[in-house]
Amino acid sequence: MQHTLIAKVENKPGVLNRVASLFRRRNFNIESLNVGRTENPDLSHMTIVMENHDQDASRVEANLYKLVNVLDVQDVTNQPAVTRDLALIKVAVEPDRRTEIANLANIFRAQIVDVAPDSVIVEITGTEEKIEGLVELLRPIGIIELVRTGRVAMLRGNSLGIRYTPGTNGDTPNSINIKNKKE
Amino acid sequence: MKLTGAKIINECLVREGVEVVFGYPGGAIMHFYDAMLDYPIHHVLTRHEQGAIFAADSYARVSGKVGVAIATSGPGATNLVTGISTAMMDSVPVVCITGQVAAHLIGGDAFQETDMTGITLPITKHNYMVTNASELAHVIREAFFIARSGRPGPVLIDICKNAQFEEVEFIYPEEISLPGYKPPEHAPIEDLEKAVKLIAESVRPVILAGHGVQMSGSMDELKSFAQKTQTPVAMTLLGLGSLPASNPYNLGMMGMHGEAYCNQAIQNADLLLAFGMRFDDRVTAHLRTYAPRARKIHIDIDPTEINKNVKVDVPLVGNLKTVLNDMIPLVKPSEHEEWLDQITQWKEETKARDILSWPDEEKLHSAHVIRDFWEKTAGDAIVTTGVGQHQMWAAQYYQLEKPYRLVTSGGAGTMGFGLPAAIGAWFACPERDIWVVEGDGSFQMSLNEMATVVQEGANIKILLINNSFLGMVRQWQEFFFDKRYAATPISGPDFIKIGEAYGIPSKRVTKRKDVMDAISFAQETPGPVLIEYQVEKEDSVFPMVPSGAALDEMMRRPITRKKAGKK
Repeated sequence: MQHTLIAKVENKPGVLNRVASLFRRRNFNIESLNVGRTENPDLSHMTIVMENHDQDASRVEANLYKLVNVLDVQDVTNQPAVTRDLALIKVAVEPDRRTEIANLANIFRAQIVDVAPDSVIVEITGTEEKIEGLVELLRPIGIIELVRTGRVAMLRGNSLGIRYTPGTNGDTPNSINIKNKKE
Repeated sequence: MKLTGAKIINECLVREGVEVVFGYPGGAIMHFYDAMLDYPIHHVLTRHEQGAIFAADSYARVSGKVGVAIATSGPGATNLVTGISTAMMDSVPVVCITGQVAAHLIGGDAFQETDMTGITLPITKHNYMVTNASELAHVIREAFFIARSGRPGPVLIDICKNAQFEEVEFIYPEEISLPGYKPPEHAPIEDLEKAVKLIAESVRPVILAGHGVQMSGSMDELKSFAQKTQTPVAMTLLGLGSLPASNPYNLGMMGMHGEAYCNQAIQNADLLLAFGMRFDDRVTAHLRTYAPRARKIHIDIDPTEINKNVKVDVPLVGNLKTVLNDMIPLVKPSEHEEWLDQITQWKEETKARDILSWPDEEKLHSAHVIRDFWEKTAGDAIVTTGVGQHQMWAAQYYQLEKPYRLVTSGGAGTMGFGLPAAIGAWFACPERDIWVVEGDGSFQMSLNEMATVVQEGANIKILLINNSFLGMVRQWQEFFFDKRYAATPISGPDFIKIGEAYGIPSKRVTKRKDVMDAISFAQETPGPVLIEYQVEKEDSVFPMVPSGAALDEMMRRPITRKKAGKK
């Protein structure tokens, strides 16, 4: 089944490579991976969508925890979370049919963000199902190009969420300090 | 105080308690070597970088400290790779320092530039590239902490040349912050209570003691747990020495070449208590048939090991020593006389098949050699091994009473490990007897390190088992490939001449009656000695669990003296 994981990682060079390398090394299959900045300039937020044969993604979660640069990981698949995807869709359209596109976009609360003599770019944000819906309607008109950001996710409310890795549940200290043992 | 990066590295190493490092110099690491002359750090020049990291690895296993290996950029650094992977598989704390081309040349394919952090990403616990001197102190501090804490492992620091000669203000970071790194210590009390309940219900329990027991120093806890609950203890290859071989609860080694009665006990158990081990395929055999009637409690510091190979009923994630200390007061004393009697019966059958029960027929078997060597050294030497048949015989017949005595490449199975490992062991414990048990194949992968042994004046005795075959592969060919010996017959040099050419007194033994005398000769001769035992060529390691079979479907050594065949 499909799992959505969110991870807080240190904003340092090479961290994305470490995460991607882990998925390859452990033979986990990534569907989409999104990295972006957060309210804290030292942290990045990752949303990873993956296919997993197991009922839960606890092995993936535990492996991500093991990376020194990863602060927190949760599987939000079965938790109350907001998930969004953004798509830019370039549609081939002559000037006389632009209104048709505009109307469709309107229904989906999408926007036309660029107009060229023979094409327009539609921007849509929403759940994947909603985007699929618009894409299906635009396809017969003629999609030239389509890009999507992949899923981003955030837990609802103030809950700390659930972690399936033994020994890590609810345990999210922001930093630990180590001292030299006096010998 | 302004210092060059090279001096800062040395300052930090000294503060981490480093007294000896193993390495090989080169262009991109010269500034560091130059500065080292002014610090109380002894550098051991091995004859190949792989020898350096094996020695550092073994030094860490024997001393309990962090081992340090050094190499230059490019080929020097890539020669460390096999050793890094070996340390990773066996969770050994090693810090590797490699030189790198100057930061402004990175990415331009400069002379001896290699992407070391990229190459070692999947085989290190963590790695760093340092492009300027101001990062050095923090990085080295973090690297040592990460290497030795939690589940230990290798950490690589790739240091650009410019970071070694730049001068910066040196402030030693007393505190560092690693927000994403928090090794677990205690297991939750609810989980402990679940475990205690399973232990109380069990009538046929077995403890599986892994490398984690010695890594966490939990030998006393293991012993008192076993005694309090009357639970026999099976050990993995790297777990050997966790419990004295003479302890009545000792079952010896489990797994592919483990004791038959040990594997039978595991397969018939109703509860397995895994202490710091990871259910490697070499100890479980076929997973679907593994310990079918047993519930499982798994104590490990690494959450990724839980349910990785074997689904467990109660995971206890934490430091083994802490978890056992938390758990022992909670468990009630129990008796399992019937179960222990059953195991004793299985043991009797094993004795009859043991090669040592065979009459002496003037043939020299490796088992005889190891057995006599064990007796002569009172089982108290530090034994390092290569990989292959000799390694298994050493594990089977060198019965350990104390921990940290057997140094061997377990998870990675790295040939050529024995001699460099002995060098590391000697620097960790120069007052102890250090013996290398090597096979003729494995030894030829690193015999160049005899020069290092002599240059350092290391008192290392080499016990070479020569059967003129890559014996373990030959054994598989005999059993599973119709005796088609593809690429396994191996010749060697005259090992006596080779030893003597390096300045090492050497002796050859071909008869069983001379085995003891040769060991006495080695013990009485000061400094390194090499003894070559020319043993039976087509001897096999028994028992053996063929791949795909269940753990108790072992091929046993026949009771009669017919040629070895099916069970």
